[in-house]
Amino acid sequence: MNNFGSFSELRNVISSGKASVENLVADCLIRAKENIGLNAFLEIFEEESIKKAKEIDEKIGQKKSGRLAGLVVGIKDVFCYENHFLTGGSRILSGFKSQFTATAISRLIDEDAIVIGRQNCDEFAMGSSNENSGFGPVKNFIDKNRVPGGSSGGSAVAVQSGACHVSIASDTGGSIRQPAAFCGLVGLKPTYSRVSRHGLIAYGSSFDCVGPLTNSVEDAGLLLEIMSGADGFDSTCSRKPIDNYSLFNENDRKYKIGFLRTAFDSEGIQQEIRTELQKAFSFFQSQGHEVVAMDLPLLDYVLPTYYVLTTSEASSNLSRYDGIRFGARAVDAKDLEEVFKLSRSEGFGPEVQKRIMLGTFALSADYHEAYFTKAQKVRRLIQNSAKALFNNFDFFIMPTTPTTAFNVGEKSKDPLSMYLADIFTVWANLAGVPAINLPVGFDNEGLPIGIQVHSGFFEEKKLLSFSKSWMDFINASKENQL
Amino acid sequence: MKIDKNTVDKIAHLARLKLSDAETEKMQSNMEQILSWMEKLNELDTTGVEPLTHMSQEVNVFREDVVGSHLSKEKALENATFKDENFFRVPKII
Repeated sequence: MNNFGSFSELRNVISSGKASVENLVADCLIRAKENIGLNAFLEIFEEESIKKAKEIDEKIGQKKSGRLAGLVVGIKDVFCYENHFLTGGSRILSGFKSQFTATAISRLIDEDAIVIGRQNCDEFAMGSSNENSGFGPVKNFIDKNRVPGGSSGGSAVAVQSGACHVSIASDTGGSIRQPAAFCGLVGLKPTYSRVSRHGLIAYGSSFDCVGPLTNSVEDAGLLLEIMSGADGFDSTCSRKPIDNYSLFNENDRKYKIGFLRTAFDSEGIQQEIRTELQKAFSFFQSQGHEVVAMDLPLLDYVLPTYYVLTTSEASSNLSRYDGIRFGARAVDAKDLEEVFKLSRSEGFGPEVQKRIMLGTFALSADYHEAYFTKAQKVRRLIQNSAKALFNNFDFFIMPTTPTTAFNVGEKSKDPLSMYLADIFTVWANLAGVPAINLPVGFDNEGLPIGIQVHSGFFEEKKLLSFSKSWMDFINASKENQL
Repeated sequence: MKIDKNTVDKIAHLARLKLSDAETEKMQSNMEQILSWMEKLNELDTTGVEPLTHMSQEVNVFREDVVGSHLSKEKALENATFKDENFFRVPKII
């Protein structure tokens, strides 16, 4: 299990001489091996990370080290990392080696972060339980009969089990925040375009966001600050200036905070989660903030909109897997068309094939207007309502998930019940606004509960400052109870 | 939305996927269920609404036209199963 709160504690351990970076890496490697049965890692870079740790220990000695010296990072297996294998959780990329490094990852490495391994995930980041990986499911560290959430399940479990200090993952419809909620971590999806997508395997390009899974809000802010900013390799990446997200000094006023009204009394939401939401409501009220229970316009339409658009974008993005230029190729194909069809059918798992089919249908000439264009119009309405909301409110709060971590196999039979697990997370991706999962408590069975805070576009600094002061309060009250 | 077997076959061909009979049958029922659920969007009147097609607020992202560091031919060919010194290899087309 984790035994540190944030990276600043580790930095103190290193600077006081109590432990070297090499010791920290060795600790992580021990935990990764102890928990190998959780299937969080697809590959652990053991020798390489020890070698890198020694180099960084030397750099620290010479006072030449970067801001992340001593930080052990795991990466979801959707990021290119030069000369390392990359699968996206799919058999179709077996044997693929990256020819370059993703911008977000290289910015961390430039600050002396150590990449300890590639983490298991749902195939091409499609899933809400990490049961869709081509390399087997990931198990929750707290209870092996529970899913860790998805699609970044391996990334969440690796941090949860202490096998790395933080993970970097992607969030298309909740893939960072939902596993963070199921595993008791902080998970941040930044504003769309805040972090470069260069070197990230594309799923739904107008949704995909890169973000961190961490033990603390402090670490999430630090990582966002380093990863954010313009990138010549991604022309959609925002050129807006980067705020100093790691300072948390924007706390000097009373906020107006909206809460999802239906979440307080909806039968579909687990009782303990509703109680946590109520506690949050009362807490912010007692702090003098203006809190309002309100409806989220169009909430009933977010899931169908999300699934029409992401399956369409996925069907287009995944057309690159043709068996010819990279990835697995069917060897017994007789002609070119068979190379495509056999390579893809053998390489993709069932969920990915289903989403490609749905997207191809929605984009096909006969149904393009009725499905794809219709969903783009609804997305406009959803984004407009989000803009209106944040013109009036500083933050919007709702549960991250309707339940805590569900059982392995519980939802995998019925595709729709699995899609419904994303009800509260896809809204932020449809609108493009930032959202963060905060681990605020536990249910009666000891499973983590996550609450989600949203803010307006590019207001991460305010969002992180607010989140940190709330988590500081929660952690202080836990300590008082001990 | 009623989906028949012919539609599944047609879409599978467009998506360059080869489904077995059992897979086709399962795909047919899954697609029917999910597409019907997606039709909920028809409850909303979207007359006059401009489709949202770009999420990034960046426009006219220009850069100097200079030679950068790009993949070498060798590196680009590295991940292909069948290749020669210069090209990706595919079965004979004509």
